[in-house]
Formats: sequence, C-alpha cells, structure tokens
Amino acid sequence: FSGAGGGNDIQWCFSQVKGAVDDDVAEADIISTVEFNHSGELLATGDKGGRVVIFQQEQENKSQSHSRGEYNVYSTFQSHEPEFDYLKSLEIEEKINKIRWLPQKNAAQFLLSTNDKTIKLWKISERDKRPEGYNLKEEDGRYRDPTTVTTLRVPVFRPMDLMVEASPRRIFANAHTYHINSISINSDYETYLSADDLRINLWHLEITDRSFNIVDIKPANMEELTEVITAAEFHPNSCNTFVYSSSKGTIRLCDMRASALCDRHSKLFEEPEDPSNRSFFSEIISSISDVKFSHSGRFMMTRDYLSVKIWDLNMENRPVETYQVHEYLRSKLCSLYENDCIFDKFECCWNGSDIVMTGSYNNFFRMFDRNTKRDITLEASRENNKPRTVLKPRKVCASGKRKKDEISVDSLDFNKKILHTAWHPKENIIAVATTNNLYIFQDKTN
Amino acid sequence: QDAQEKETVTPERAEEAKLKAKYPNLGQKPGGSDFLMKRLQKGQKYFDSGDYNMAKAKMKNKQLPSAGPDKNLVTGDHIPTPQDLPQRKSSLVTSKLAG
Repeated sequence: FSGAGGGNDIQWCFSQVKGAVDDDVAEADIISTVEFNHSGELLATGDKGGRVVIFQQEQENKSQSHSRGEYNVYSTFQSHEPEFDYLKSLEIEEKINKIRWLPQKNAAQFLLSTNDKTIKLWKISERDKRPEGYNLKEEDGRYRDPTTVTTLRVPVFRPMDLMVEASPRRIFANAHTYHINSISINSDYETYLSADDLRINLWHLEITDRSFNIVDIKPANMEELTEVITAAEFHPNSCNTFVYSSSKGTIRLCDMRASALCDRHSKLFEEPEDPSNRSFFSEIISSISDVKFSHSGRFMMTRDYLSVKIWDLNMENRPVETYQVHEYLRSKLCSLYENDCIFDKFECCWNGSDIVMTGSYNNFFRMFDRNTKRDITLEASRENNKPRTVLKPRKVCASGKRKKDEISVDSLDFNKKILHTAWHPKENIIAVATTNNLYIFQDKTN
Repeated sequence: QDAQEKETVTPERAEEAKLKAKYPNLGQKPGGSDFLMKRLQKGQKYFDSGDYNMAKAKMKNKQLPSAGPDKNLVTGDHIPTPQDLPQRKSSLVTSKLAG
C-alpha cells in the first residue's frame, strides 16, 4: 500500500478520539460533516444539533518526536437553530449538512456552514490582547465621573488569555425551496455554489440578497420527476466549471461560460448499464451520494451505495476505475432496503490523486490505492486506541467458512456507519467520524 | 425445462424476488417518483385548518381542554395550539466533541 514516494506502505495508527464513550447517543451528537481547512491546521465538525466544533493542530513539539501535533478544541459554536416555516408548514432541521473552509487571507479564518435551507459565513478570530487604561472607564467597565479625571493617559494593549470568537458575517437565506445537499467554494475565492435536490445557485460571498440560479431540473409537472441532484462541486482550478451528480448515477459537467442557465450539460458521465442485470434495486444503489474532484482536477470520484468510481474528465462513457467497497452487501439488499440502510449517503475523499477513502458499516472504512491497486479495511474503534500501534486490517467473510479474524456479513452492525471521512491536505492524517465520535489516525512514520 | 440447465440468478435479482415476496404490491417504478417525492417533502408538517375550525365549533360550549398527556393529537377534537405542537428546541448544550 504505497504512498506517493513509492515503496513505503502507509501504516495507520490511532492518534486521538473525540466524543462521549457512552452507547446512548443523543441525536444532536450525531456527526454530520467533517472537513480539514486548506492548511490542515484546523479540523471542523458539524452535527445534527447544529453545532460546529473546530479543532486545531498543536505546533510540532520537538520533544514529542513520535507524532505530529494533536488536535485540540479551538472553537465551538451554535451555527444553526431549528426553525419552523409557518408559511409552508415545514420543519427545518438545524443539522449541519456541509462545512467548507475558505482559504486564509488574513489573521481570521472563515468557513461556510449550511443546513437544509440557510448558508452562513462564519468568521473565527483570535483575541489575545485587550486595551487597558481608558480615561473615562474603570477596568471593570464602570464609567468614571469626568470631573475626577485630573490627568490623561494613553490606553495601551496588554496581553490576555487567548479567546477564540466565532461570529456570523453573512447569512445566505431564502434561496432554496428544497433541501441543500452541497456547497462548494469556487477557485476564484469570490463565489460559491449551493445545491438542493432540484436547483443549484451561485452566490457571491459578499452579497446575501441575491443569488443566481444556474441549474434547474425541476420538471413543469412534478409527476414527471425522475431524478434529483445529490451532490455538486466546483472544479478546483477552472472557475467556470462545476459538476453535479444525480440519483440515477449520472454526473453532469457544466460550463458557466456557455449560458447563464446551465441546464444543458457540457459533458454527461454515465456508465452504461447491463439491462439483463437490472433489478428493483439498480437505480437506488446507483444513486451517487458524493462527488469529489482530485486535487489536480483531472479526475473525479463518485460514491454510490456499493462502490467508488474514478472518472477521467476526458472520458464520459465509463469510469476509468471502479472499486468495490462492500460488494458482499449485494446479497443483503432486501433487508438493507427494509431497514432503510440502502439510502445511507456515504462520502468519499482523496489523498491528492493517488489514494481514495470511504466509509462502510460496522465502523469500518476502506482505502484504495490507485497505483498499487491494493486496498485495505480498517476499523474505528476504541479497542484499538493505543497510540503508535499499527491498526490491524479487517476482513469481512461474505460466505463460506469464516477464518479466525474475519467477521461474517451477518454480524456486521449496520447502525455503526462511517459516512464522513476527511484527509489532511498535506500529511497522512485522517479524520474518521463514527456516529458520535471523531477518530484521528496518523501514519506511523509521522 | 432442461434438467441440466440451471438458470443463474444474480444476487440482486434474488434479493428483489425476496422483497417482492414480502411486499407484493411494491410499486412498478422503484427508484422513481415515490422515493423522490418523499425525499423532497422531508420536514413537511401539515396543519389542517378545516379540522381546527370544526373542533373549535364543537368546543364552543365546552371548556377548552388544556394540553393533555396526548400531545401528539393536534387535530380533531383537541384544538391544536402553537403550545401543543412539539417544540423544536435548539441545542444549548455544548457538543460532547468539545468536552
């Protein structure tokens, strides 16, 4: 399992785990999104209770040579609150669907967080000094009687304990009739898109009262509805290009230079289906739950229920690679349909352009190395939490005789889903979210 | 027909047969409108004003019932009021990830 340098396998070790130990998970604590910022120094999580927690990597400690810095809580705030739209009789969840970081321009950090209806731009800033020595105010804030002031002094800044403040700088509301599934910041760092089930809107980060609709797939007659938008992302380098995926397993690439309304795609990526293999489940399991460009922008990855596919932007008629995440579930589709698991939306992420990662059930997660074609299954569990101990690969026994360390398909816990994972942009550090815990793993050589 | 010939059924088709056996009335358009409409209507909570007004008329001569133990009953005889609707409380507790 080679890293980019070739020859060295990545050996994943447990580093940290965040969250409560107890099995009784409150709904609000369910993690709904995980995202590193552009430098990897900050790691943000969003949850079903509308809260955002940001962790910061410690500066590398020379005396602790065994690992890169640990991630500790930097800031936490309530991003969204539950709402009720009385006009539409619609309950609006506070669950954070996505967080996306802006690249850092000055001392403060900015991120976009969104629930089903409203996107917010948050500024996270540090305060480590405060002014002291005012003439008209006491230190505790009480006003002094001006007649008692006999001399003047110049207030000075004095150091104080670090305070990290989060404040909402922009609120982008009322632009989505349906439920927002994606936000993506453009490479121009001025605009971003937000996608719901049927429409995609383009925003300017400075302007909240206007949004441009760039994709609209709502049919004139809702009875004719056959597919919905499931994810969307801007190209990492071309500011005019974005893609969106559908519940039917297609990906459309659009060029905003072609027309104001990008209803006609520039490219349509779709793998032809073998009609003899079609079943009741075919369309459901082909629904794409996530789409992500590689860092270079030459490839994109899609995640459907059972597999991860790599597409070359220059080839529309089939993916260049397909990796099976948990093919053994194909013979369990009936019960997965009955318990709704078949509708679980797994995300996926890249390490540069070489290795991809995605989650599965039983708190397992999978990595596929595009170069060596090798894959590995690991588990996020508190049982493996000895730092610097390499994680043991897991194996699921699909049928037949189960070997000693294997787990049989029927023993998998389908309530333990890993839907959200993130890879540090520069180092071999990964963040893996189980239902209510956040695991951080590092490469042993760190 | 031919005893030697055995039709190989894909795992997916076998699962489909299992599902159809359990739910014979399963719709003809599997991934189609029904799923999608359900997805689009997430969060919809309907208030029936007709029910509300009829109940109000019925209750005219009786005392208004206070919110009883059956808080889920919001239409019909029990007059729904904003207080009776399940409260959507925001989470004021800090996330356990930050603990």
